[in-house]
Amino acid sequence: MEPIKQAARVDREVGKKAVKEILSAYPAKVAKNRSTHIVVKGKNKGQKIAANTRTIPGIITNRGCCYAGCKGVVIGPIKDMVHITHGPIGCGYYSWATRRNQGMTANKKQMFLPYSFSTDMQDSDIVFGGEKKLELAVKEAYELFKPKAISISATCPVGLIGDDVQAVAGRMQKELGITVIAMNCEGYKGVSQSAGHHIANNKLFQEVIGTEDREYKNPFTINLLGEYNIGGDGWEIKRILEELGYEVVSFLTGDAGVDDIRRAHNAKLNLVQCHRSINYMAEMMKKKYGIPWLKVNFIGVNNTSRTLRDVAKFFGAQELIKRTEEVIERERKEIEPVIDTFRKGIKGRTVMLFVGGSRSHHYQDIFYELGVETVMSGYEFAHRDDYEGRRVLPEIKPDADSKNIEELNVQPDPEKYRPVDGEKIAGLQQKGVPVNDYAGLYPSLPEGALMIDDLNHYETEKLIERLKPDLFCSGIKDKYVVQKMGIPSKQLHSYDYSGPYAGFRGAVIFARDIYQAFNSPSWRYIKPPWETEPEIVATLTEKEKRGGKNAGGNPKRDNPQKSSPD
Amino acid sequence: MLEATPKEIIPRKALRINPAKTCQPIGAMYAALGIHRCLPHSHGSQGCASYHRMHLTRHFRDPVMASTSSFTEGASVFGGSSNLRQAIKNIFHIYNPDVVAIHTTCLSETIGDDVPSIIRSAQELIPEGKHVIHANTPSYVGSHITGFANMTVGMVRCLAKKNNADISCRINIIPGFVEPGDIREIKRLVRLLEIPGNIFPDTSDVLDSPMTGRLNFYPEGGARVETIEASGSAEATVSLGSFSSLPAALELNVRYGVEVVSLKVPIGIEATDRFVMRLLALSGRKTPPVELAKERGRLVDLMTDTCYQYQGKRVALFGDPDLVIPMTEFLLSLGMQPVYCLTGTPGRKFVEEIKRICDRRVPDLRVEAGADLFLLHQWIKNEKVDLIIGNTYGKYISKAEGIPLVRYGFPILDRIAYPYFPNVGYGGAMRLLEKISTALLDKQDAEASDEQFELVM
Repeated sequence: MEPIKQAARVDREVGKKAVKEILSAYPAKVAKNRSTHIVVKGKNKGQKIAANTRTIPGIITNRGCCYAGCKGVVIGPIKDMVHITHGPIGCGYYSWATRRNQGMTANKKQMFLPYSFSTDMQDSDIVFGGEKKLELAVKEAYELFKPKAISISATCPVGLIGDDVQAVAGRMQKELGITVIAMNCEGYKGVSQSAGHHIANNKLFQEVIGTEDREYKNPFTINLLGEYNIGGDGWEIKRILEELGYEVVSFLTGDAGVDDIRRAHNAKLNLVQCHRSINYMAEMMKKKYGIPWLKVNFIGVNNTSRTLRDVAKFFGAQELIKRTEEVIERERKEIEPVIDTFRKGIKGRTVMLFVGGSRSHHYQDIFYELGVETVMSGYEFAHRDDYEGRRVLPEIKPDADSKNIEELNVQPDPEKYRPVDGEKIAGLQQKGVPVNDYAGLYPSLPEGALMIDDLNHYETEKLIERLKPDLFCSGIKDKYVVQKMGIPSKQLHSYDYSGPYAGFRGAVIFARDIYQAFNSPSWRYIKPPWETEPEIVATLTEKEKRGGKNAGGNPKRDNPQKSSPD
Repeated sequence: MLEATPKEIIPRKALRINPAKTCQPIGAMYAALGIHRCLPHSHGSQGCASYHRMHLTRHFRDPVMASTSSFTEGASVFGGSSNLRQAIKNIFHIYNPDVVAIHTTCLSETIGDDVPSIIRSAQELIPEGKHVIHANTPSYVGSHITGFANMTVGMVRCLAKKNNADISCRINIIPGFVEPGDIREIKRLVRLLEIPGNIFPDTSDVLDSPMTGRLNFYPEGGARVETIEASGSAEATVSLGSFSSLPAALELNVRYGVEVVSLKVPIGIEATDRFVMRLLALSGRKTPPVELAKERGRLVDLMTDTCYQYQGKRVALFGDPDLVIPMTEFLLSLGMQPVYCLTGTPGRKFVEEIKRICDRRVPDLRVEAGADLFLLHQWIKNEKVDLIIGNTYGKYISKAEGIPLVRYGFPILDRIAYPYFPNVGYGGAMRLLEKISTALLDKQDAEASDEQFELVM
């Protein structure tokens, strides 16, 4: 693989001018608010960004709700659990199979990922209360499927009419003798999906994790937190980890079974892929069970290699460290020539990233590997620590919205807590292994690039006009908006139904997909010939008049699509 | 696939599994997109707007713009009035629409926000000549079809006027929850029949807008406000689909005495025949133009030439009532057996209508409204069918049972181009017939032994 050249710095002035223009179009209050969510990266280390605050009403935001973060993101992928949405039909319907969380169960009768369960509340339930219906729904689910566990996710009206979903879960757990958990993740809680992640983390931590013990002979046991197996990402990571000799006790929550999650506290180390959605769990497991966590990044060849080395260093076994190097070398040898080929048709371009609460960071690095420079990077529902690193955590003051989300008071478990070797952790940190820490997106963002929180439609449109990126990575709501502007757009939530993108093999698929995004011939046809070659007709007519020969088109083509090299 | 679904049917009273409907607001959002320069606004949590935009975008593969009141816990406790006022101000300032179409959600309905009075109190925030219209769309009543109908009624209530001087608009056409391609075809048929008609809502050239390299935040299409305003002066309203369109036609009748012509969505030969005959009557002509007669002739030619391919086949059909009803009729006119007809949208009318259409021609008929795909799958497990017709969600049952699926209805998330090509009219019927025949023959080919593998079919 050819060495990665330091990407050229983005022109800071262009970004600054674009931001000024955007803010000037807003009403005063909106401009004031938005200005705090936008940073043009300068030379000075540590710029503050406002995040995890309310979106202003009327703004076309990409953000979703608390329910989407709880049931849609964290709880939904648990494959052998019946997930009942308590509410009107929409919420359960929209979160049905749309996030591409793949999963496999040995007993196919316990596979519920292709199902959607809801209480489908009607007006009489809103008026007279829906608890009875919910209870009956849980019983009916149990009768039909005999699942190991059932989850209940509350939607907006549930909290408003005062249905006690926790009480229903308690009663049903007792009556049915299976795990029944309930999440008060009403859509209006918090300011985005993020609140729902936290609520789901709390519930799984309180009710599921630690409920079953198992002795593992393998000394290298890990959990992979914040990996949802979208497009099979988790399976590619698992392939590599298992080859190195690790035993994955549980994923949270891609392809996760309830029993795996029950035993997660038996692992020695938590790997954290998506910091935003699962950092609560990592911290709580550290406090209660003494399990350290390590921020990993399995997106891109360099990051995957670095991550594997970090994990090996954590366990410290020489044989493991040696095997890690061997596997990295072998895997890289296999994929790098292929990636190199794609990189030749990719490099030198620019990208804007607006995705998730951790993904922009992961993908800004893999784009860097491919020679693509990030000119803007932002998150939909992140907090300041996802941008600036966990060192800013003490500065973040809770506000009216975040106070509504319960912060659990976690104490060491009297029996299951394994003391942490403080010296070892400190030693690892000194060696650059980020145990129990995360530095955020900011450090690897190129200077001059923009860092924007809760980017909205208007800003997207203006920034594309001004920064003229070659590619825009976001989700489905932005995809066709951006493409209508003649710029390819790649969904980095659903991978445009491709994947896996994680691990070594995923990096090849990603490089191929990005190559294809840039090099699809279809972009060349946007301008019709009568707009690009108006001279032809005149030339022909003139020559015909004179009876001339060599009538032909103008060889100079006006091709404004720089993303479509001829 | 779907191994957890048991064959034995136990009646359920509380648990909905694999719904065949979604909630009202998305229908309202879709209808509102059918007004030119209109920004739909969701008065509720951000998640509603996000889910609806995502879902519509996945189906249409085109931009879907809508704003939200971004409720937080505070707004849910103290009411959403302040959020909505802020939203109205910001929307006109930043996005400058001609119309803002507000629909409610289960959240704002449950707390009892009085949207009309909030709008009245926010008049100073609405620029001269701009409109804010609204519809109540509680998610816990009806389905997305109800939401579509309610927003269409909202258009009439908030915009329609009686102006006798306006004679340009003689006939209103409300097309129902159909595709942009369907609406374009309905407009073509209306033009062919020389009816001075106006159609609303009209999502053609909005959700199937051409690629030009330039983004039109408000695409070219959509019913003009003047069109909807003039609807009160029309002679008649042709309502296509009694679930999605009739309520607005009735509203025009009650308010302005506009005659109601209630028809099915013109899908299949019989519904299209009736549509043509009624429009002919409205235009005062006895026969349609030759072009249309030829279209019909080609359809009948195809039907008579190929009927052996699909006659007698058993079909499970599900989806929105206004699409399932004419499709049931079409399947019968092809000699097929629509044995299972199911919709998620509640309403006895659906059951009655299907039974009336099938009369005694479908001895094994099972029909249900307000039902789900879990039940449909169980019906199929108990007695197989040859073909499933319905939206993308049918693909799980199709895979589980090895039965081909013809994609029909909303949403189609896994195949391309569905919104572009019409199902309506004689041409649409030919296209549906081609799909049905192809699905059955593809399966026959795939399963044929070498010696039974046919070149000509």
